[in-house]
Amino acid sequence: MSKQEQHWEKSKGLLMMTLAIWFVFSIGIFLFGAEMNEVTGPFGYPLTYWFTCQGSLGIFVILIFWFANRQEKIDEEFGFSERGDD
Amino acid sequence: MIKGNFIDNLPKVYGIYTGGFLGFIIIMSIAEQMGMTAKTIGICFVAFTVAIYAIIGYLSRTAQADAYYVAGRQVPTVFNGMATAADWMSGASFVAMAGGIYFKGYGYMALLVGWTGGYVLVASLLAPYLRKFGCYTVPDFIGTRYGGNLSRFMAVVVLTVASFTYVTAQINATGTIASVALDIPFQYAVYVGLISILLCSMLGGMRGVTWTQVAQYIVLIIAYLLPVFWISNKMGAGFFPHFMLADEVSRIAELEAQFGFVKNTAENLKEVPKGLAGITKAHSAVNATPWAFISLALAMMMGTASLPHVMMRYFTTPSVKAARKSVGWSLFFIFLLYSSAPMLATLSKLSLIDPSLPTGIIGKSITDVQAIDWYQNWNQANLMFVSDFNGNGTLELNEFFMGGKAVVLATPEIAGLPYVISGLVAAGGMAAAMSTADGLILAIANAISHDVYYKIIDPKAETAKRLVVARVLLVVIGFAGATIAALEIQGILGSVIWAFDFAMSGLFFPLVLGVWWKRANKEGAIAGMALGLVSGAAYLVWVRTGGSGFLGITQLTFGIFGSAVSLVAMVVVSLMTSEPSAATQRMVDEVRVPAGRSIIGKQ
Repeated sequence: MSKQEQHWEKSKGLLMMTLAIWFVFSIGIFLFGAEMNEVTGPFGYPLTYWFTCQGSLGIFVILIFWFANRQEKIDEEFGFSERGDD
Repeated sequence: MIKGNFIDNLPKVYGIYTGGFLGFIIIMSIAEQMGMTAKTIGICFVAFTVAIYAIIGYLSRTAQADAYYVAGRQVPTVFNGMATAADWMSGASFVAMAGGIYFKGYGYMALLVGWTGGYVLVASLLAPYLRKFGCYTVPDFIGTRYGGNLSRFMAVVVLTVASFTYVTAQINATGTIASVALDIPFQYAVYVGLISILLCSMLGGMRGVTWTQVAQYIVLIIAYLLPVFWISNKMGAGFFPHFMLADEVSRIAELEAQFGFVKNTAENLKEVPKGLAGITKAHSAVNATPWAFISLALAMMMGTASLPHVMMRYFTTPSVKAARKSVGWSLFFIFLLYSSAPMLATLSKLSLIDPSLPTGIIGKSITDVQAIDWYQNWNQANLMFVSDFNGNGTLELNEFFMGGKAVVLATPEIAGLPYVISGLVAAGGMAAAMSTADGLILAIANAISHDVYYKIIDPKAETAKRLVVARVLLVVIGFAGATIAALEIQGILGSVIWAFDFAMSGLFFPLVLGVWWKRANKEGAIAGMALGLVSGAAYLVWVRTGGSGFLGITQLTFGIFGSAVSLVAMVVVSLMTSEPSAATQRMVDEVRVPAGRSIIGKQ
């Protein structure tokens, strides 16, 4: 496999992982919204309510930064990162 | 004067600006103490902020295509994040979101999840690759990746349909705020709003819009957060509301159980002014089916990833790496407002319905409530209404009605905050609506001037001529939007959600598969865009004209149907026709690698 193909394989792997986490917190947990809301979540809010107000939203922010860092590492590993800073 | 040096000095420039704005708020509150009228304060806030944006717009004027279309590709990540957040958060987010949460509870929260989750798709599937492509507009990507004028033109059509649906709502919102703050009739206020919008974008294009959007973000976030924290502290609910309102949320649930949701008769409801609603849904309980919630969230997420005015903000970053990070910053700045909206809804609701609070009106006698100053003000503004349906002389939960906007606009006054806060909120709403309108009008005008005029009609046009065309289009589209807004056809939020559905119907799969599926070809993309848009629109018309719909897909989520048709059409047609040329496949390979030259290069 060429360097470029390996890079793309790894990038695809990262994408799948990112989308899996995204799926859980944007869709998966809301399949059980009613049941989860019986549980007390962080800061004492009902759990599903908390996810819709803060939880899922905050996780998405962290997820994007995590994804960006991992992708940068992959690019660096194969020497595909850009020169210069951002 | 503004280039080079300006970029290095950004934190300083906007630091001074923020300090100046806070100083202005303090001066206004002193003026209020000294007897300045509420109306003058409102005018000062709106006029002062709009004047600042106009100055920034003027200083950002340019005659270069690169600066006009993509702000010279030198906007740093954090600032691009702020600009995107302002671009993204519309007048509806600012004025109507807390109200939506207040009235609809869980069912509405799907929008919060959808409008933030979509950024994960933007960051991972699209933004960095489109940045590497080096395009000026979203149709530019479609046209170059798939080839041919027809695919480019179809992308312009989808973009125009989606963005235009959205922009009329934004111009409408600027008109509403300008008419209230400046006390002029709505039909004129719409054009005042439009001229303010054009002042930011006419001379500097994307560069002007970028730097005004950063300034607008600062105004709108201060205008949203300051009242939320202030009200929370004043009510004694906690000094950091986001972490401390659990007691208030459970108290609301307790009161809901105590009062019960009494259903009003149709006859009684006839008395209630149009647009006002009562509290009929639980605040924190799950009141929607999983599919109703998930389908709405999914439609908003895929729509987010397809809206061109958001995507084109990531064309302005200096690198691919910066584009990815910038998406994270965008969502962070959006998160600051979105996570505050439910807190405001909670505080607003509790302060009105809790009989043990001095501001609570439920359980008081109707005549007492009708004598309250703020009730009279907002009743006159057609945003509040009470009526003694059961004739017992006491106000019950089902006898109290409010407009969605009142949650943001009236809560500061109910909580007893000074009027300067109401002026600040007006400036914030204006900033939110203006920044989104600017991004949308620019997206449409740029697509038509770059993709239709330059790429299809006259590829030999000189830069100066192209920019004249771009500016003329900007004005024409702005006036078209304002004229339709002045007709006041549909509510603000309905049309905003439709824009997401139109965008995802026509653009989501052609964009995503353009990067992730090499086999996707021109014929497939054209079929995907055309059939997706047409079937989505047809479904909307069908449901609007009494159709029953299927699979629980409503007029708010018709994009799910449109995009499914788009996906099937695109895959089937691509596989039935020949695979893309070797050159195109090489191009896709190159897009997947951040390093190296951009595909399109300097135009």
